Order: sequence, then C-alpha cells, then structure tokens
Amino acid sequence: MATQAPDAPPPPPPFVGPLEDKDRIFTNVYGYQPWNLKAAEKRGDWDKTKKLLELGQDAIIEVIKASGLRGRGGAGFPTGMKWSFMPKESRDGRPSFLVINADESEPGSCKDREIIRHDPHKLIEGALVAGYAMRARAAYIYIRGEYIYEAKVLEAAVKEAYDAGLIGKNACKSGYDFDVFVHRGAGAYICGEETAMIESLEGKKGQPRLKPPFPAGAGLYGCPTTVNNVESIAVAPTILRRGAAWFAGFGRENNRGTKLFQISGHVNRPCVVEESMSIPFRELIERHAGGIRGGWDNLLAVIPGGSSVPLVPASQCFDMPMDFDGCRAVGSGLGTAAVIVMDKSTDIVRAIARLSYFYKHESCGQCTPCREGTGWMWRVMERLVTGDADPGEIDMLFEVTKQVEGHTICALGDAAAWPIQGLIRHFRPEIERRIAAKRGGGVPALEAAE
Amino acid sequence: MPKVKVDGIEIEVPAGATVLQACEMAGKEIPRFCYHERLSIAGNCRMCLVEVKPGPPKPQASCALPAADNQEIFTASEMVKKAREGVMEFLLINHPLDCPICDQGGECDLQDQSVAYGRGHSRYDENKRAVTEKYMGPIVKTVMTRCIQCTRCVRFAEEVAGVPEIGAIYRGENMQITTYLEHAAKSELSGNVVDLCPVGALTSKPYAFEARSWELKKTLAIDVMDAVGTNIRVDSRGRQVLRVLPRINDDVNEEWASDKTRHAVDGLVRKRLDKPYIRKGGKLVAVTWGEAFEAIAKAAKGAGNSVAAIAGDQLDCETMFAARELVHSLGGSMLEGRQGGLFYDTSSLSAVNFNSTIAGIETADAILLVGTNLRWEAPLINTRVRKAIKKGAKVFAIGPEIDQSYKVTWLGNDASLLTKLPAEIVDQFKSAHRPALIMGGGALGLEGAQGAGLAAIETLGLIRDGWNGFNVLHMAAARMGGLMLGYATDGGVKAIAEASPKLLFLMGADDVPFDLFGESFKVYVGHHGDKGAHAADVILPGAAYTEKAGTYVNTEGRVQRGDKAVFAPGDAREDWTILRALSDVLGKTLPFDSFEGLRTAMYAAVPALAQEGLVDYGWTAPKLAGKPKAVEIPSPIKDFYLTNAICRASPTMQRCSAELLHGEDFAEAAE
Repeated sequence: MATQAPDAPPPPPPFVGPLEDKDRIFTNVYGYQPWNLKAAEKRGDWDKTKKLLELGQDAIIEVIKASGLRGRGGAGFPTGMKWSFMPKESRDGRPSFLVINADESEPGSCKDREIIRHDPHKLIEGALVAGYAMRARAAYIYIRGEYIYEAKVLEAAVKEAYDAGLIGKNACKSGYDFDVFVHRGAGAYICGEETAMIESLEGKKGQPRLKPPFPAGAGLYGCPTTVNNVESIAVAPTILRRGAAWFAGFGRENNRGTKLFQISGHVNRPCVVEESMSIPFRELIERHAGGIRGGWDNLLAVIPGGSSVPLVPASQCFDMPMDFDGCRAVGSGLGTAAVIVMDKSTDIVRAIARLSYFYKHESCGQCTPCREGTGWMWRVMERLVTGDADPGEIDMLFEVTKQVEGHTICALGDAAAWPIQGLIRHFRPEIERRIAAKRGGGVPALEAAE
Repeated sequence: MPKVKVDGIEIEVPAGATVLQACEMAGKEIPRFCYHERLSIAGNCRMCLVEVKPGPPKPQASCALPAADNQEIFTASEMVKKAREGVMEFLLINHPLDCPICDQGGECDLQDQSVAYGRGHSRYDENKRAVTEKYMGPIVKTVMTRCIQCTRCVRFAEEVAGVPEIGAIYRGENMQITTYLEHAAKSELSGNVVDLCPVGALTSKPYAFEARSWELKKTLAIDVMDAVGTNIRVDSRGRQVLRVLPRINDDVNEEWASDKTRHAVDGLVRKRLDKPYIRKGGKLVAVTWGEAFEAIAKAAKGAGNSVAAIAGDQLDCETMFAARELVHSLGGSMLEGRQGGLFYDTSSLSAVNFNSTIAGIETADAILLVGTNLRWEAPLINTRVRKAIKKGAKVFAIGPEIDQSYKVTWLGNDASLLTKLPAEIVDQFKSAHRPALIMGGGALGLEGAQGAGLAAIETLGLIRDGWNGFNVLHMAAARMGGLMLGYATDGGVKAIAEASPKLLFLMGADDVPFDLFGESFKVYVGHHGDKGAHAADVILPGAAYTEKAGTYVNTEGRVQRGDKAVFAPGDAREDWTILRALSDVLGKTLPFDSFEGLRTAMYAAVPALAQEGLVDYGWTAPKLAGKPKAVEIPSPIKDFYLTNAICRASPTMQRCSAELLHGEDFAEAAE
C-alpha cells in the first residue's frame, strides 16, 4: 500500500460516525448473501491476496501499526505492535504460530459468531495475511464449543480455501506455505484467555499460564505464538487494501477504526452493527437499536463492553464516546463492545449476582484469590439480592473484590471483581434499601408490589 | 548478574534468579505454598506476592518473576501486607477448622503462615466447602477438604516420580486433586507428597493419629534400605520409632526418600528378637546371655580356626569391624558380605564404585543400564537419571524390560550384548560429553560380565578428563563399607560353604543359602526373627539401625554417620557390645571397651572410614576376562517392598507389596 500522502493528516474533529455503507468492512454481517467462497470473492475477499503478501512482512506490520488498530478481544492492545513482537527468524528451528481466538464466551459478545457464520473467508484471508506478516507456519482457529453451526461453516470454508489453493502449500501462489486448523473448544470460558487457550490447544486442562514468558517468546508447544481475536484478524486484509489512513480516519486519536458493536438488552431492536469507533452512545442506540425500551428516561444502566466491565449508570452514559478511552473515563471499559442495556425494570443487583455466578462457575480454580473469591463474592451477592445481609457486608464485599482484583494469574479475577465494584459504586443505595426492607424498617420497596 | 534492591538492601543475584530467591538472599522471608525449589513453578497460591518497581501498580508473584537489574523489591509494604492478608483469608475460608484432629498440626505451613501473615479473625459467613476423600494407596491418607490446591503433589508425581497419576479435575472452587481412578499411586516415592503437602490434605497413613510433631525426639541417621544412604531424621517417642523423614542432602537424596525408607519402620517393633536363644533338640529355647555365650564357647573350642563371618545387608561398619576382629582373634579369616552368593572381583574398590557420584549422574548425557532395575534398586538414583533425561540424556538398557518411568531404549536381555553393542550406540556414547554406564547387581554376578563392563570403559570412552562414567550400583547399605573392611572372600559365600567353617557368625545375614552350611555351628546376631534366626543354633539379639550409632558407606563411596534414636527392645544389645562380651567369654578379649575405642581402632585399621564424605579409592581397573555367555540377566530384586528383615516384618510394606505389586484389592476404599 502506498503510504499516506503528506497532505492527508486526519481532520481535527475526528470522524465519529455514522458509518457509511461504503466504509463497512463486514458487508455480510447479517447473512443476506451466502458465506461461500464465490460470494465472498464477489464481496472482495481473496482479491489479489498475493499482492498483499508481496508488500513484505515488515511492511504489512507497519501498515497495521499506522492504522491504529487495537485488539478487538477486549484488552485493546495495539495489534501491529503485537505482531512485531514475533521473531523475525527462527534461531533454533522452532516454527511460529498464529492462534485465532474464536472462543467467544463473554456474556453479551456475539460478533465473532456473525463473522464466522456469514463471512468466514474474511477471517481465513486475514489468517493468511497476519500469519504471513508474523512469519507463522500455521494458524489455529480455536472456536467455542457451543458454536456448532459456526464451526461447520468455518471448517467448510477452510476446505474451500484449501481446494482453491488459497491456503496450504504455496498459498495464493505466493510461495508461502500456510496451514489453517480449526480446533473446537469444549465450552470453558477461561479458554478464551490466551495462555489458557494455548494450554487447551496442547490438549491440557485449560488453565492460564504464568507470564513471563509471553506467548511471543514461548507459546503453543513452546514456540513463538501470537493470539489474536477474530475481528482483529478479519479486518486486516481490508485495512491493507484500503490503506492505513482510511482505517485511521474513523474514531478519535488512539481509538481508530470501525468496530462491530453488539447491542443487547432493553433496546427496541437488539443488533450487531459495524460502526465507527467513538460514536456517542446515544447515537449508536438511536440509529441502530431503535432507542431504549420505554424511552431514554427509562434507562437504568449500561454495561458497555461485555459482562466483565463495570456498569455505567444512565446519567453518565448518554454522551459517552463508545471507544476505549471514552468508556474508561466513566470507570468502565469498551471490552468487546458488547453493549448490554438495562432499563428500569431490571433487578440490577440480581443481574450482577448472575454475572458473579457466571464467574464463579467459569473460574479455572488454579490460583487462590479467584478460586476462593469468586464463590465468596457470588454467595454474598445472592444474599444482597434479597437483602439478607448486614449493611457492613457491602463494604466487606467491596474489599473482597479488591483482594481478588490484581492478585490473580489472569484477568478473570479482575473480570469477576469489576461488575460488583461497579454495582456498589453506583447502586449502593439500592442495596442498602433492600437490607433495610428485609430488616423490617426503612422505605417500603417499590418493586415489592410488582 | 542483576543488581536488585530488597527493602533497601542492595544485593547482586545470579542471572536467572527469581525475585523470591533474591528476597531470600537478602534475608527476607517470603511466605509460599505452591513454590518448591525442586519442582516447576506454578505461581498459583499467590502467597508470595511482593511489590516490585518498576512494574504494574499491583503486587507480583515473586516466585515466577525473574529478578532484573535495578529492580526495587518491597516485601513489607502496605500493599504486600494487604495482599498476603487477602490471600491468606481466601485460603482459610474453605479450609476446615479441624487443626485439633489434623496430623499436620504443629508442622503445618498453613497454620504457621496464618499466624504470621493472616488476619486475626474470619469474615466468611457462608458454608464451607467439603470434598470427598480420594484413595491414594496404602501410604498416603487423604483429607481433601483441607486441600488448598497448591498442586505440589501433582507436579511431584509428574516431574520427579515420573508417574503422572495425580492431577486436578473440575474447575473453580470445585477443583479437586485426585488420582483420577482412585487407584493407589504406583510409585516408590509416593510418600514424598506427604512432606510436600503444605497442609493436612495428604498425610501419612501408617502414622495417622500416632503422635504430635512436638512430642517426638528427632535423631539424625542414615537409611539402610538400599545403598543410596538416604539421609534421614528418625522421629521417636519413648522406645518406639514412629516415623522416618528425609533430610536435605543435595549430594545424596536431595530431599526425597523412598517409601521403604519412610515406612518400613513399623517393622522395627514386630518380630523382634529380644532374648538370646539356643537350639535344643531342634527347637529354639530362650536362655540367658551367659548360657548362650557358654554354648558358643563350647562350639568355639572345637572349631579351632575354622571360623567365618557373613555380614548382612544393613550392617554398620562398626559391627562389621568388631566381628572381623573377633574372627581374626580366633584365627579365622573367612569374611563375606555378599550374602546372597553374588561374587565379583574386588581387587580394586574403585572398579566396584559408583564413580560418577549420585549427583554427577544427573549431568550424564548418555547412560547405559546393565542388568539393573534402578527404580527398585535405588529409586533416588532413578530420579537423578530422570533429571538427566530432562536435560537431554539418552538412556539405553540391557536387562529385563521394566517400566523405569522414563524413556529407555531396550537393547535386549542378554549379557553377551555388552561385548557386541550396536555400532550406532557406541557412536552415540563416543560423541557424548559425559557417557555413563551403570552396572547393577543382577549383571555383576554373571560370569564375565564384570570384565565386559570394564572393557566397555574403553569401547564407550567412559573415562574422560574430570569424568568417570563407570558405575556399579550396589543394593545393600553395608556393601561398600564391608568391602573396605575386607568382607570379600574369593569365590564368595559358596567358597566359604565349601570350606565348611565349624563356627559361623551370621551378622544380621538373612539371605544366605543356609542349607549349604549344615555342618556349621551358626550364631545369628541380629534383630529380627527372620530367615537367619530360623537357621541359627544360637541367637544373640542385636540392635537395628535406629538403635545404634553407626558408620555407613553408600554405593558412591560416601562415608556417613548416623546416631542412635532409641534403645533396642528387651535384652537386645548393640551388636558391638555383644561381640565384645562374647570375646571375653572366648578368652580373646577385643581391645576396645567403649564405642569411641572401637571407632579409634577401626579408623586405625581403615583410615578412609575416619573421614565423612567421599572416599578416594584411586582409579584402577583389574584385568578380567570379559566374555559373558549369552544368558538372560536375572532381576536382582523380586519384590521392592520386601527386600530385608525389617520390611518383611512391616505391615505397611506387606500391604504395599500385596496391593501395588500383586494387585490385591483392599476393601477399605469402600468403607
């Protein structure tokens, strides 16, 4: 790709949507067209992939770096930089691997599923391009066990690509050998953590590894490995085709590009939609989800990035830019952009208690704070739902979440702690009211009459 | 060499050290549960959290973090204190408060560390978790509710013992440590998981509810179950040895001990000889010491110089020396220690020694096992070979095929293979840096095998600059000491039998072919009513290894000394005192009146025994015929758990043998 012309600095007010159809990367996200190779080629996939590869490995990484793409799996680590950590040549004969994380299990997230079942070739082409750029020998796509139809589609698409010579030996006639394997998980959320995924791929119990060593040094089978989210990989070929400047033209500084938002909960039309990063929350909901059920006054809270980020109360989220920094500014996170909208009919304590149960259920049990803490937190949460607790236990629970957060091997401990912290931060009066009501005093509960 | 600051103390640590090691070097105690020096790093207990700058603003697991230049480490900051309290609280919320009935009480890491680093109270109001017990065999008792999932046992089984039979199932707070199918863990080293367990989840089954750790007298001793010379601590109360634990000695046993070392001790209170006996009319009759000595004196009068002594496998050097002096004083010269009939050339002790040393075999990169079942003959040398394999060593073996717990290339069970090794294997040894050969007792006794083994030094290039890879593995704790004291007769026990000594001293020797000695007047000096006592004409009750101080020389020629833990039962006495008293009655008074006197005399006779540590035999190899016949090499040990009189008397060892080796089922699991 030609580098950006010197006369094309991004315009001072960043573009924050709405996204026009011509700028969408995922043109078949709703499955109006078939997923197969022929249809994918019509949509522009596998178009002169060989020329993309001919850019050269370092040039591809430079383009991705310049595009400002940040990982789409939740943590938002700059993708180009991640790729550049891979060794340029093998010093001891070990191959490198790309692992693609399709173990989408975060409550609220459902974007990878749409990509895989309706546009799998975007992912496979991305795997080749990304794998080539990081000098990987093969890509392993680790797909969530419950995605049965999606795994079938993906396997069929991989076969199509092999048959067409797009991957495998001499992929796309580029002279580069690249294999793609589809590996099905068995339904453990923790296997979405990159090192646990590597363990699981190796056939072991899915438990996160200690870092360091980082996967780029010693990952799958002890070889240099990069683990990327499906969306991060699937957007790569389009970025290469249309240029880094095009991609960087969306969203605010440091939050570039387009993103699949997954809007669920109490909106009029839940949907998955590709939008520009940094689009204000209210516009995202109004334009694509048909507004909040019962109007904006009925909004209670929003979880902007999947179950593992703290909730944001209604008052703070109307103008929140939907990007990494915008969500962080209100004490939450963009995560996977799985927007869970809750209106005032929600029993918010019970909702968060259910998330606590999820994390208790999915903790791998390896390290102490998470193994013991998730169960404790869930049990206290269950009692807070009915108010069967002591007011002092709210502070104790908050302290327990702080004892879990940052003390674990992987981020599941943090993910279990944050929703509860968000709840206590923003809905403490509600919890206290329940406790008071249970004790026979205080304000009679409104919901009690439901 | 990175320089780090620990709580303001600047120190230099070796490259590759972890933050935890750096803190220890600076004299700071770091609490831990999952971390263990000899196991891989798991980093899962989170107890060793410290604050590290530069780094993320959260505490770091010091056991897994490499120490780097200019790191500042804080082990006592507010953040660290809170982190420890937090982890401690989490560990305790589901840990039962059953310390009063827990065998780990008093030596429990969780107890100690909760006092030192925990909060004074609990905030946990919910129900505690309960976990069903898991069956782990006759050695390991489980109370899995107490488990804190540190996975030390899992890592030990996989990494050190080489039997990946312990693992974790389920996840989250339901995670459980189990042997999967609830089979006994089939390992000779399973008892070590009891020591490794930082809590009372895995405790010793034979020792269950026997004693509290603070009631026990601790005596440092040397194990006699095999020729490794495991350094042990004998824990006793009153007159009974209650348990044996390994001591740390990196040159010998690291910090492990085999199950036999640990658990044969319940045999020390069973089938013991506690009175002198005389055979009258075919029957053994209890008598006084005086009557027994008179009977021997009578026999000695008619014997003249036709006197011999055969030493058992578990004798200390002092006893063997005293017996030798007694035989010599009577004019006899026949001494033999290889009681089973094994015979090989002992003109050079270096040629029957474990020359690479036990710790050294770890560094070998090509190893040939000849007629040895390492796993049974010396489980702790087997773990060293496993370590060598982890570093890339290749192991080949001639002998009966068995599961050594690691990958072995079996060349066949034929002694003559030793002289016609395949060329590609010879090449592999030639190109290796530290090639080693281990000859076991099974092969050593075969005609010509010893010579062929010595010839292999040349063909395989076993001796290099600073490296001697020729190793003989003995099976008896007394063997090297016996050979140093001259307990070797040309032709072995058979030659002695042919000479038909009139008076024969059986010094704790139970595995002698007694029928060959029908003409001899047999005096058995020993501690168990085993085969030797059955064959004896006079029995003099002696002391077992925990009941006397003694010097032992292990298979690598390492002189070690153990202390006396308890007194021998009944009328039994320490062996050397028996021989000294007998010599009086025989009119050939031995020239020492005290144990110190005996030792001084022994050191004068064999100066090498005076110095603890490796004996330098000086390398010489005898010239021997090296044409072994094409015969099968026999397995030297038939049953790991029943190799000597003590373990044959031990109910635990009998149970292990029945269950682990003979597949008997025990109903206990279904209780």
